[in-house]
Amino acid sequence: MKQIKVLGTGCSKCKTTYNNVLEALKQTGIEAEVVKIEDIEEMMKYNVLTTPVLMIDGVAKVKGRVAEIKEIKELLINDAPIP
Amino acid sequence: MFDWLQHFADWLIYSVFGISAQTHLGESLNFFVLDTIKIAILLFLVTILMGIVNSYFPIDKIRNFLSRHQMYGLEYLFASSFGVITPFCSCSSVPLFIGFVKGGIPLGITFTYLITAPLVNEVAIAIFIGAFGLKVTALYVGTGITLGILGGFVLGKLKLEKHLSPWVQNIITNAETEEALEEEKQTLFQRFPFIIKEAFGIVKGVSLYIIIGIGIGAAMHGFLPTHFFEEYINKGQWYAVPLAVLMGVPMYSNAAGVIPVIQVLVAKGVPLGTAIAFMMGVIGLSFPEAMLLKKVMNWKLIAIYFGTIAIFMIISGYLFNIIL
Repeated sequence: MKQIKVLGTGCSKCKTTYNNVLEALKQTGIEAEVVKIEDIEEMMKYNVLTTPVLMIDGVAKVKGRVAEIKEIKELLINDAPIP
Repeated sequence: MFDWLQHFADWLIYSVFGISAQTHLGESLNFFVLDTIKIAILLFLVTILMGIVNSYFPIDKIRNFLSRHQMYGLEYLFASSFGVITPFCSCSSVPLFIGFVKGGIPLGITFTYLITAPLVNEVAIAIFIGAFGLKVTALYVGTGITLGILGGFVLGKLKLEKHLSPWVQNIITNAETEEALEEEKQTLFQRFPFIIKEAFGIVKGVSLYIIIGIGIGAAMHGFLPTHFFEEYINKGQWYAVPLAVLMGVPMYSNAAGVIPVIQVLVAKGVPLGTAIAFMMGVIGLSFPEAMLLKKVMNWKLIAIYFGTIAIFMIISGYLFNIIL
C-alpha cells in the first residue's frame, strides 16, 4: 500500500492539495494511507522549503504548489517523478 | 503602452453606454474599465515572467547557493534579489526560515530574504506598473531590495540567535551546508503549462481584492475633487509617514486591493512617499506572518524584526517625500 503525505501549515493551498489527493484516490480506486502533517517541527524533518509538499512513499513529488487531481492520478499510476 | 485600452474604455463608456465624460459616473466607470483590464493583463504577464525566471532558480538552489557563498557582504544583495524573483506565500515563511538556518545561512541573510520576498512580489510589481508606471515601480523595487539588505544586516549584527525557539537553536548547531539536490528533469517547454496555470491561479486568487480596490478607487477618482486630500495629508506633517506605516501593518490580505486605492489618493494630493510607506507596511509586514514566526522565535525577536523594518520603511517614506 502506498503511503501519501501532505505537508503544509494549514493554508488554503495545502487543504486543496489534501482534498485533491483524496479525490484522486477515489477516482483511481487505489488504496493508500494518507497522512496530513501540519506540525512545523515534524515537517522540517523532511527538509522542505515551500509548502504544500506532496510525498508519495517518502519521495517529495510536488513542492510549493497545489498538486492537481489529474497529476496525482498519474503519479499514483505511473510513479513518474515530477519536480 | 496602454493608449489602445484608453480608447477602448472611452468608446465603451462614452459611446456604447452613452454616459457623458463630463459626469462623475462616466469618469468613474471609465477609470474602472481601464484599470481592471490593464492590471489583469499586467498581472498575468508579470506572473508568467516570474514563473519562467523562477523555474531557473528554484528555492532549493538559491538556498544551496547562499549557504556555499559567503562573500564580503555581497550575499545580502543576492539574498535580497532572490527574494524578488521567488513567489512568496506567508504560509511558507516558517519552513523557509528553518530551511535557511538549517543550511548554515546566517540569521541576518535569512532575514534579508524574509523581508524582501513578501515586500517585492509579482502581484505588487504588476499592480504598481499599472497604477504608477515603470519609474515609480523601479523605485519601489529598488527600495525594497535596499530595505531587505539594510534590515537583514542590522538584524544580523544584533546577535539575536538567543531569541529563537530552543528547537531552532538546536537545528542551527547541527547545520549542514550541503544538501542533496534533486535534479530538475523537465525542460522549460515541459514546465510552461504549469507556469501558465500558476499565473491563472494567482490572478484568480487576487482578482476579487483588485476589483474591490479598483471599484473604491474609481468612485473616489470620479467623485472627489483633485486636491481633496492635500488639506489633510501633506508633506508638512512629520507624523504622516510613521502613521501610514503603522496603519498599513494590519491590512495584509488586501494588499492587491490597496494599491489601486492609493493610486487615487496620490492623484488627489497625498504625497507619494507617504503613500509608498503605507503600501510597504501593508505588503511587507503582517500579523498572520507574526503569528507564524512565533513558532520559531520569541515575541521579543518578532518585535525587534518588525520594529527594524518599520523604521526603515518610515525612513524611505521621508526620503521619497524629500526627493520626489
